[in-house]
Amino acid sequence: MKNLLCATLVLTLCSGCVPRNPGILDSEQSQVQLRQIQSRGFDTQDREKTLRAVIATLQDLSFVVDKADLELGTVSATKLDGYSMRMTVSVRQRGNREIIVRANAQFNDRPVLDPQPYQSFFVALERSIFLSSHSVD
Amino acid sequence: MRLPFLLLATIASTVLPALSGCAYHIPKEALTLQPEAASLRRLQTRRFDTSDESELLQASLSVLQDLGFELDESEAKLGLLVASKNRDATDAVQITNKIIVGVFVGTNIPVDVTQRIRISLVTRAMSPRESTVRITFQRMVWNDLGQISRIESLEDPALYQEFFSKLSKSLFLEAHNI
Repeated sequence: MKNLLCATLVLTLCSGCVPRNPGILDSEQSQVQLRQIQSRGFDTQDREKTLRAVIATLQDLSFVVDKADLELGTVSATKLDGYSMRMTVSVRQRGNREIIVRANAQFNDRPVLDPQPYQSFFVALERSIFLSSHSVD
Repeated sequence: MRLPFLLLATIASTVLPALSGCAYHIPKEALTLQPEAASLRRLQTRRFDTSDESELLQASLSVLQDLGFELDESEAKLGLLVASKNRDATDAVQITNKIIVGVFVGTNIPVDVTQRIRISLVTRAMSPRESTVRITFQRMVWNDLGQISRIESLEDPALYQEFFSKLSKSLFLEAHNI
């Protein structure tokens, strides 16, 4: 009886910590922190050139592009290599001299929240665009 | 005796789900440029003596249609075509193995039945007189249990050579290696 009570107590406590709609909004991480990890600024005005460099970088990383939109400034692509990695990259102008590139990725069925893969992506993009990037406030 | 059991049960029910929640590993090469990236780029890219990206896209689309691909997306302003096709993926060797294992061991081993092949093709003006076309292939394969058995990029040089040979005929232009 005592065992049953204890087990019920443990299960109740545990179920209390499980979110009811896990993964739908993924809002556990700070938005500001996530944007910083996923964004870089480039000193250019040329959105088309930047988007074309993003596409070339994704191809260099063995992604197949799913869709792209010059007007909106977005590219989505998927990499299949025993796993599935999907990435959306958006490009927007800030002020007169800077373009902000933001990338967000999912690995199989999980969001990529670790800064390291994004750093690697931006290093590859810098090579393709022949510009060095800077962090975004 | 009861206390350690309860303790273990508590640890197992709280720590294990927490661990499984964060235990996923992204391969380091997923978003890092690999040394073979340059040779892959050469394999997947050809240079043509034209600055007309639109002409390259039109000719590429015709070749893709010749090869049975359906167009999924396009953005001509960025020189992009995305296409795919579903095809049979049955393999005689796999089916033979399935029959042998089924008869002698009594186990049902899954075999591949269908695959989805996807491509994206990107044109890029390199100079006032030259443009490049780069195509990348990938595929997902499903077995007879409805499970995904393989997801991979296709890097067989023959595939790319054949595609570019057809494209160059369609364009009446010679395809140069980059």
